[in-house]
Amino acid sequence: MTTLTAPVPVTLHVEEIRKQFPILQREVKGRPLVYLDNAATTQKPQVVIDALVNYYTGYNANIHRGIHTLAEEATTAFEATRDTARAFINAPAREEVIFTTGTTDGINLVAASWGRANVSAGDEVIVTGMEHHSNIVPWQILCEEKKAILKVIPVTDKGELDLDVYKSLLSPKTKIVSVVHVSNALGTVNPVKEIVALAHQAGALALVDGAQSSVHLEIDVQDMDCDFFVLSAHKLYGPTGVGVLYGKKDILNAMPPYRGGGEMIREVTFEETTYNELPYKFEAGTPNIADVIAFKAAMDFVQATGKKAVAAYEQELVEYATAKLETLPGLRIVGQGAYKASVVSFVVEGVHPADIGVLLDNQGIAVRTGNHCAQPLMDKFCIPGTVRASFAMYNTKEEVDLLAAALAKAIKMLS
Amino acid sequence: MSETTTIRETEKEIIEEFGLFDSWEDKYEYLIDLGKRLPPLAEVHKTEANMVKGCQSTVWLTAEYRDGTVAFSADSNTVITKGLISMLVRVLSGHRPDEIIEAPLDFIKEIGMTTHLAPTRSNGLAAMVRQMKNFALAFKVKNEM
Repeated sequence: MTTLTAPVPVTLHVEEIRKQFPILQREVKGRPLVYLDNAATTQKPQVVIDALVNYYTGYNANIHRGIHTLAEEATTAFEATRDTARAFINAPAREEVIFTTGTTDGINLVAASWGRANVSAGDEVIVTGMEHHSNIVPWQILCEEKKAILKVIPVTDKGELDLDVYKSLLSPKTKIVSVVHVSNALGTVNPVKEIVALAHQAGALALVDGAQSSVHLEIDVQDMDCDFFVLSAHKLYGPTGVGVLYGKKDILNAMPPYRGGGEMIREVTFEETTYNELPYKFEAGTPNIADVIAFKAAMDFVQATGKKAVAAYEQELVEYATAKLETLPGLRIVGQGAYKASVVSFVVEGVHPADIGVLLDNQGIAVRTGNHCAQPLMDKFCIPGTVRASFAMYNTKEEVDLLAAALAKAIKMLS
Repeated sequence: MSETTTIRETEKEIIEEFGLFDSWEDKYEYLIDLGKRLPPLAEVHKTEANMVKGCQSTVWLTAEYRDGTVAFSADSNTVITKGLISMLVRVLSGHRPDEIIEAPLDFIKEIGMTTHLAPTRSNGLAAMVRQMKNFALAFKVKNEM
C-alpha cells in the first residue's frame, strides 16, 4: 500500500493530539495509562464525546418521520454522517452507504441477504486463513444452510496470503470472496485490489473487511472495485455500535431485505409489503442515531489530522517497536509480511501470552493477548495466541520504551 | 491437611504470606512461584471433561471424595492462573463438602487479587471456584442419597 511509504505531508503534533483524548490522562495501577490495544478499539477524542453530549442535550429525536424541529435537526445530522462516510471511502453514491452496528453486522447482512439469494448447493465461498471469526462464521452458517463449500486461502509463514493457491481455488463455482484488508492479529496488509480483480475474473463478487484498515489506510472502494466493504466506527476513533456497509448499488437493489420493521418499508398491508429504497431498505427500526451522528465527528477528526501523516507516523512506531522488542530474550514477532499496518504481534518462548498480559497490566500497559478471534490463524502458527501491541496516532516512542521495559520485567519474572 | 485447620485458617495463612510483600512485583513473583510449584496434573486427567475453559487460560480440575472430605487437583496452561488455583486447592482441599460450598473465599479479595475473580475475566478463575463448589455439592448430594 503506497500510503505506508509516502512522505509525510504534514508533521503530526502528537502532544497536541494527546490532549484531545481525555482518557489518556488517567492512571492504571498508579501509572500513566499506556494504551496499546487500538486494534481492539481506539480511544475517543473530545469532539466525538461532545457530539454525543450535544445530541442528547440539544436535539434528541427520532429521525426521518417527525415534523418538528428536533426531528429535523437530528435527521439532518444523521444524514450528514452518511455523506461524510461516502466521501471517507470514496463511494460513488450516498445510498450505497448503509449504517450497521459494526463490521460483524455488515458481513452478516451480506451473508444472510445476498448469500441466501445467490449461493446454492455445490457453490463455493472463499475466505482467507487470517480472517477474524466474524468473517468466517457468517459464511459457515450460509454454507451449512445451502450445502455450499467454504474454501480458505492459506497463509504463508511470513503471515501473507498465498495468492497462487488463491488463483487455483477460484472457479466458476466461486460465488464470493470475502477477505480481510488488514489482519487484526498480524497487521498484514493484503493486496485486496488484486484479490478483487481475480474474483471478478472468475465471475465472483468480493467483500473487503475494512475493520482494521479504515483507520490506517486511504480507502477508495471504487479503486478497489470491491462489491462490498465493511467497517466499524469504534476502530476509527468513533463510538461503538456503528458500522458502515458499502455495496454497489445494483447489487444492493437486487438483494432482499435483511430485517423487517419500520423505516425499511414503503407500504404495509397484511396482503403485501413494498420496501423502501436504498439505503433505508436495510436500516429497519430506529437506528443508533446518537452514535451515527458522533461518527461524523470522528471521521472529520481523522481527515483533519491527515490519514497519510498518521499512517507514516504509525509505521515509524511499528518499526521502532519491532526493532526494540526483537532484542528481548526469547521474543519472536509473528507476522513479518512486507506491508504491515500498526500492529506488532509476538510470542515469547516458554511463556503464555496471558501471563505477559497480566504483568503488563500491572505496569499500566494495555495490550491484547490471546487468539484475537482468529483461532485458525493461531493454529497455523501452532501457538495458543500472541501478545499484540497495536498503535494509534496518540501513541509515542516513549510508550514503546515503557512497553519494552515492562516486557523485559515480565519475561524475567516469568522465566 | 490437618483436620484442625479450617478453611478460614488457611486463608489467614495466605493473607499473612502476602502481607510480607509491599510491591505488586513481589506479590506476583510469589504467585508465579506457587504456580510453578503446583505439581502438574497427570496427562490422563487433562481431558475435555475436566476442563474449565476461560478465553485464554485453560484450567483442568479433578476432585476425589475420601473419608468425607474432598481432595482437589488442578493444573493450568498459564502460570499466574496456576498460582491462583494452587491457593484455592490449598484452601479447599481436605474439607467437607458443606464447608467448601459455604466458603466465602474472602482471602482472594484480601490479598488484592479480586480482579482475577471477575466473571468476565478471561482466566476462568471464577468458573473454577464455581466448579470446585459444584464438585462439593455433587459429593454432598451423592453422600446423602
